Amino acid sequence: MTELVSFRAAVRDWLEQHCPASMRKPMVSEADLCWGGRKYKFQSEEQELWLRCMAEKGWTAPTWPAEYGGGGLDRTHVKVLQEEMQAIGARTPLYSFGLHMIGPALLKYGSEKLKQQHLPPIVRGEIHWAQGYSEPNAGSDLASLQARLEDMGDHYRLNGSKIWTSYGDKGDWMFCLVRSDSEAPKHGGISLVLFDMTTPGVSTRPILLISGKSPFTETFFDNVRVEKDQVVGGLNSGWTVAKYLLTHEREMIGASGVRQPSEEALGSIAARSIGLDGKRLANSLLRGEIARLEIDSAALGLTMERARDEVQAGVSLGATSSIFKYYGTELNMRRQELLMAIHGMHALEWSGPGTADGQIPRTWLRSRGNAIEGGTSEIQLNIVAKRILGLPG
Amino acid sequence: MALVLNEEQTMLQESARSFLRSKAPVGHLRGLRDSGADKSFSRELWSEMSALGWPAIAIPESHGGLGFGYTGLGIILQEAGRTLAPQPLLASSMMASAALLQSGDEAQRAATLPAIASGEKLATLAVDEGSQHRPNEVSTRASRNGDGFLINGRKRFVLEGTEADTLILSARTGGKPVDAAGISLFLVPADTAGVSISPCRLLDTHLVADMSLEQVQLPSTALLGTEHAGFATLEYALDAGRIGQSAELLGVALEAFERSLAYLKERKQFGVPIGSFQALQHRAAALFAEIEMGKSLVLNALQQLDAGTSKLAEIASMTKGKLAEIAAQATAEAIQWHGGIGMTDAFEIGFFYKRARILEALLGDRFYHFDRFARQRGY
Repeated sequence: MTELVSFRAAVRDWLEQHCPASMRKPMVSEADLCWGGRKYKFQSEEQELWLRCMAEKGWTAPTWPAEYGGGGLDRTHVKVLQEEMQAIGARTPLYSFGLHMIGPALLKYGSEKLKQQHLPPIVRGEIHWAQGYSEPNAGSDLASLQARLEDMGDHYRLNGSKIWTSYGDKGDWMFCLVRSDSEAPKHGGISLVLFDMTTPGVSTRPILLISGKSPFTETFFDNVRVEKDQVVGGLNSGWTVAKYLLTHEREMIGASGVRQPSEEALGSIAARSIGLDGKRLANSLLRGEIARLEIDSAALGLTMERARDEVQAGVSLGATSSIFKYYGTELNMRRQELLMAIHGMHALEWSGPGTADGQIPRTWLRSRGNAIEGGTSEIQLNIVAKRILGLPG
Repeated sequence: MALVLNEEQTMLQESARSFLRSKAPVGHLRGLRDSGADKSFSRELWSEMSALGWPAIAIPESHGGLGFGYTGLGIILQEAGRTLAPQPLLASSMMASAALLQSGDEAQRAATLPAIASGEKLATLAVDEGSQHRPNEVSTRASRNGDGFLINGRKRFVLEGTEADTLILSARTGGKPVDAAGISLFLVPADTAGVSISPCRLLDTHLVADMSLEQVQLPSTALLGTEHAGFATLEYALDAGRIGQSAELLGVALEAFERSLAYLKERKQFGVPIGSFQALQHRAAALFAEIEMGKSLVLNALQQLDAGTSKLAEIASMTKGKLAEIAAQATAEAIQWHGGIGMTDAFEIGFFYKRARILEALLGDRFYHFDRFARQRGY
């Protein structure tokens, strides 16, 4: 306990000294998220400095072992770090699919060489990882994927295409699910391979969404060279790794249903935007919906916390990521619908002076994808029904 | 604090579950109902629960209790929800004790808490006056009379009111009929002259009391806490009760869900288990997710209550409102998944539907608590 108290004091001092003032202000738009990577342009020197300081401590990946650049902290210490960051409103220094998707998969299934090669640059935010999972004909039925990996002796050759690559145009490296044995049963012939996206034969094409933005690309592979040591978890064993990685992706997406401490509460936005009638919001039906959303969101946050505590205590339920993904994305969509109502006709403004470039309606439109990407809500419910509840069929 | 039960709490949960399953299964409640007795619970069963130390669990050791905290008591209430075991823990050991611990002077605590902890005596809150739960709307009047107080009024829907030895009564000593200020709390022995108590049976066979108070003369020592300023203590005790109810609602929801899930796997139609149909699988999975949220809310609320949070009102309302919703959904789904047999009195699942409704409506339903939550958050 005293060790924890002194850790807290040390963290507080360190944050006080190293967290720049501008990194303690609430983020106002997606542009404030720091994604890192070779092509990333920092918004400010302070943003870059904050990332570098946190990465040096390993606190961009606080639970990862120190030998791979992580913070080497257990759950109790991570909670302290998070609480102290929240106390001063410190921004998350790095958002990355490396941290939340391929990193955990490498820690569990990667060879020592792959861990040494890839984990430290992820911690430092130097490499932007892109995900190659879905294909035009492999959506919910992901295991029917067809991108083909052939053995060329001293290397592999990849042909095919992927779709819904998040920020594919900004990606530096890709983790990619491929069919490495077309004779094997559906789930048995799949491998997870890694390659640099500057390798000849890799190209991307943006997909314009209903939000008017292109956060995804199609990605094409034309005789792409993949090195033999860049297979995670062994050739033809990729499906197991892929599913494990998906649980991390789903938990990450599900967290969108929980209000971050740096985000303003829906009720406060509504009180300002709609006004109060006495002490109550001047729209009683909307008020009730907001209260229910805030309660559900708090409940999800507590449940994610409980799940992490249960893992620490060794009594994990398993498959919880599907619950979080389902619940969190449904919540975020409800939240965006409510924000549209709260902002009234202001929420319709798409472009022009004083419109924040349509951030409100674009975020609302983008949120519909939450219940589709990473496995649809219906797929998550299937997983819960079969794996947790043990229902037949 | 970690959102998991510690080893001691897990053991308590297991022993409570096994005791209640053998001594107070749902059949016990049915038996109580069918006996036609004007009883809210079985005194024999209560003696056994008392011997296990249950009424003492949340009461500090300095007052004859076990000092296990509200989390311990909540664990037992959750298990009681699973078997619908009728018992006075919520009224006496949770709410009345909370009020006494919050505002009682040494003499008041010494006179009541050890007896509550041993289970020999029961206490309860007498709060509501009409069909809507509005604890600030108090018409019962307490006027100064010589050295003491004279009370006139009526209280309704008093939990365990037919069995309680001591009433903690809210009465108006000042202010307007809806003001929180001007409400005072009084400790009233149930056998005081002028207190008349009549039972009212509710839809799940529980009894509540309708009380009329005519020229009830109390000594000045009956005042609990500060005159005119009893509302904060009242809210604290009610919030403790709402959190206790939430634990019980969680038990109701869990049991109804688990029984129904088992039925989905057993019951065959069209030659296959009905649980193989995706229409039902998705409903089961969605309900399961809701119940997981409920578990986290309940454990968090109990821990926060024990830790003396400053946000008790917000936490209690969020938890009670949501658990009421979850239990209503779980027990309604339970009937639907069971089909026709779920509608019969001979089958037990309907008892859960009824209990969820009672627990929701007493001490404020989901609408009351969503409204209160929003007010706490400033909108």
